[in-house]
Amino acid sequence: MMPDLLIALTMLSNFSLVATSRVSKAIQFAVLQGVLLGLMPLAMGLGRHFHIVLLAIAAVTVKGWLIPFLFRRALRQVHIQREVDPYIGYTVSLMLCALGTGLSLVLAHNLPLKAGTEYTLLVPASLATLFTGFLLLVSRRKALTQVVGYLVLENGIYLFGLLLVEDMPALVEAGILLDLFVGIFVMGIVINHIRVAFDSTDTRHLAELKD
Amino acid sequence: MVWLLIVVPLLAAVLAFAVSSPTLRAWILPTVGILHLGILLVALTTWRTLPATAWFGLDALGGWVLLVISVLFCICAFYAPAYLALRPDRDHRVLSTCLLGFLGLASLLAQARHPGIAWVAMETTTLVTAPLIYFNHNRRSLEATWKYLVIGSVGIALALLGTLFIAYAAHMGGLQEPLRYTRLMENGALLSRPWLRAGFVLTLVGYGTKMGLAPLHTWKPDAYGETPGIVGALLAGGVTSCAFLALLRIYAVVGAAGEGAFARELMVAFGMLSMAWALVFMIRQTDIKRLLAYSSVEHMGILVFGIGIGGLAAKFALFHLAANALVKSVLFLSAGNIHRSYASKQLPFVTGAIRRTPVSGWLFLLGFLAITGMPPFAPFLSEFNIASGALSTGHILGGTAFLILLGCIFLAMSETVVQVVFGTPSAQRVRTPYKDAPATTAPLIVALGLALILGIWMPRPLQAMLDHAATTVEGVLSARMEVQP
Repeated sequence: MMPDLLIALTMLSNFSLVATSRVSKAIQFAVLQGVLLGLMPLAMGLGRHFHIVLLAIAAVTVKGWLIPFLFRRALRQVHIQREVDPYIGYTVSLMLCALGTGLSLVLAHNLPLKAGTEYTLLVPASLATLFTGFLLLVSRRKALTQVVGYLVLENGIYLFGLLLVEDMPALVEAGILLDLFVGIFVMGIVINHIRVAFDSTDTRHLAELKD
Repeated sequence: MVWLLIVVPLLAAVLAFAVSSPTLRAWILPTVGILHLGILLVALTTWRTLPATAWFGLDALGGWVLLVISVLFCICAFYAPAYLALRPDRDHRVLSTCLLGFLGLASLLAQARHPGIAWVAMETTTLVTAPLIYFNHNRRSLEATWKYLVIGSVGIALALLGTLFIAYAAHMGGLQEPLRYTRLMENGALLSRPWLRAGFVLTLVGYGTKMGLAPLHTWKPDAYGETPGIVGALLAGGVTSCAFLALLRIYAVVGAAGEGAFARELMVAFGMLSMAWALVFMIRQTDIKRLLAYSSVEHMGILVFGIGIGGLAAKFALFHLAANALVKSVLFLSAGNIHRSYASKQLPFVTGAIRRTPVSGWLFLLGFLAITGMPPFAPFLSEFNIASGALSTGHILGGTAFLILLGCIFLAMSETVVQVVFGTPSAQRVRTPYKDAPATTAPLIVALGLALILGIWMPRPLQAMLDHAATTVEGVLSARMEVQP
């Protein structure tokens, strides 16, 4: 029951993510998603495995504390509040998100699951979240919102990984988490350089190079 | 002992970050490069069978790819001190650190025996190479860095999803973690087909983005165009080779599971598309570094095309990895020299290089002839064998298209190269103090020499290694040849 609720909340937050124009709200939703997903293994009743508890703590720390810290710092530096004039408007984004969620359900329906899998919602939720991440990445102009898209994309992959959470080597999980953190850290640095060089973090300015 | 290959460069990266003297720091690069190559050569001569439970270790395939990267790194590292001395305005603390970090992570990737570890190594490689692209600290390089970072991260995220799909395919087949490559290959028949296929498509797209296969190559011309030649050479021959290796590992699993035909078709299609796409953008290309970037897209296409054809072509695709890396280093570094001399890399300004910088001009010309398949250089050998492999296995259409594309690409590239090398010097060119010196040309001559030797003669141990690597790629486990860590 509890896991299904968390999955449903994640899918709902996808819609909030594409509908909001405030960058800080988008960050909050992505962080909320990350924390919900970090808690998932515990909700799935896997609290008896020591390494899974440890990884859940690590995931919640990275996604609920370290990454928001990076985002807050970036927001302070770039002084932006709203995503202005996105490539794809909010209403259309919302409809696309709904369409993507529907397609994910259809697609997941056609993929076989291991007999006895309890959480049949994981695969469609994962694909839907993945799609939302993509949508944010391609439809928003602000570099920071694109990073949010990347984070949501990773959340989608993490959802799928939950199917394998009991099995996955801790070394690999820790590596993935570390890479996510370092990735967002590096992107934050680049965004700050973009702000200094262009006096804006609008990726519209990044269009000088072409054939 | 093989762990030294990972640890030494990473420690050297820390050292390079700490050292304050730029000259001293620049010399860490060739020192570590030669040390890495030495350790690798010793390791490759003492083959032993690797226990199936090992998480790390070199097999023939990983050893071959790492050898290519190590030689390439050496060439670039010996070029580095002289190049960095030409750019006293730019601090190279980050550059040196990231270059060394890349070498350590490439060694980690080559030795990873688990797809998850390989993925982590590949993603970290992306992150350490991003600051390299920003070396020039201007708006253009910033744009290139951002595109590289975002497109690369998304691609690599898809590769992670694909890797998880394959893990789930094994999970459904009742296999337990740790799912090392050997276990996945030995139990190929148990893997769930739909997940395996979907996983392969995602890893092909994901690692293909890192390799720069069309249509996922859009970061490539920007990144290669805006970086110093030395970084371009390492990206075109090193980072792409890493991604190619990660892809080949998954390809081998798919082959061992009996889904080879499906994977082959996709590889051939992607290869053809990349070559054709690159050709279109090479026609009338006025920027020499972007021209080389599209040539890199083309050669990534040749690699996956050869692998997809299989047999002789697959073996020579692996050989082509070395041929391409060597010749690309000549091209990128000589283009870098020409860029220094003209303070431009655009066509109407860069003409008559053979008179202004005779050695670099000649090297650029010879590199162009080598990369487009002129005998007796190594790319001729690989391209010829890939074509004949395709034609002799019934891929008449594919083989013919391959040859036609190679011919057209030669013509498209030659138009720009001939103007750059032989054209009448432009009146409005800028005078710069740069002159060809042994320090900036000798590493290139060595690289071209190696490409020439490989085109004529292949040492027997390398031949054996290549054969073993090719059988591994085809999904056969019997010919295992590994080194204990």
